[in-house]
Amino acid sequence: MKSVRIPILKLYNCLLVSIQWELDDQTALQFQEDLLHKIHETNANGVVIDLTSIDFIDSFIAKVLGDVINMSKLMGAKVVITGIQPAVAITLIELGISLNDVLTSLDLEKGLEKLKQELGE
Amino acid sequence: MDIQSCVNIQTEWDIVAARQLGRNVAKELGFGVVDQARITTAISELARNIFIYAHKGRVCIEKMNDKGHAGLRIIAVDSGPGINDIRLAMEDGYSTSGGLGAGLPGVKRLMDEFQIVSSQGKGTEITAVKWIR
Ligand SMILES: Nc1ncnc2c1ncn2[C@@H]1O[C@H](COP(=O)(O)OP(=O)(O)O)[C@@H](O)[C@H]1O
Ligand SMILES: [Mg+2]
Repeated sequence: MKSVRIPILKLYNCLLVSIQWELDDQTALQFQEDLLHKIHETNANGVVIDLTSIDFIDSFIAKVLGDVINMSKLMGAKVVITGIQPAVAITLIELGISLNDVLTSLDLEKGLEKLKQELGE
Repeated sequence: MDIQSCVNIQTEWDIVAARQLGRNVAKELGFGVVDQARITTAISELARNIFIYAHKGRVCIEKMNDKGHAGLRIIAVDSGPGINDIRLAMEDGYSTSGGLGAGLPGVKRLMDEFQIVSSQGKGTEITAVKWIR
């Protein structure tokens, strides 16, 4: 087996990421690195990460996501997470992971709107 | 009789294989999507703990039938270093590896039954069961 690269798209001053496959550890860590490089390269000040296709999140993936959100913040980009499925929300809370202070929206479209508001545009 | 299938855990990819096996069995048994996510997450936590702390071991998934009541049992076994202080390891946020420390207490909350047997230098065996409601 081999990990895949998650595509990161640029839209105006934002980056869009839609995670379409089950995340293995390598893919998750590669994504963390790729996203930070892309923020640096493009000067993006907002990122939307869409998790609609993700059907579970364990504590490792939660940590990678939380870390990448904080790292992006350090670089000056706000992150909004969208499309968390009900089953994922339930298991995250039962794991004891609350993703406090993380901006979230129901779907990609609302996520982009939230980013615009947050960025004062 | 209970039917068991196992995945040997040696690489990160085996963690993926173990949780896919668990999800498939959970689906077959008729668990709903939320329970499928709970079971998948629990297997992922236990398999990763084996990979990180014991380097190798095995995760087995068992179909259970108790007087017509169906369930799924996860058995995670390794011959690694064992857990020094189980009470501490079960505390939210306790981690010896810079992790979130959410794995063991999380699995306990995600599943209906949970049991750890561990002895230092000998290894760890964790069993967790989910029943269909
Ligand atoms: N299979 C195992 N063998 C040895 N130690 C373990 C094992 N599983 C868990 N532990 C110990 O229990 C602690 C808590 O585990 P866990 O709740 O999964 O959190 P984390 O993996 O994030 O540290 C680990 O940091 C480790 O010290
Ligand atoms: Mg763990």
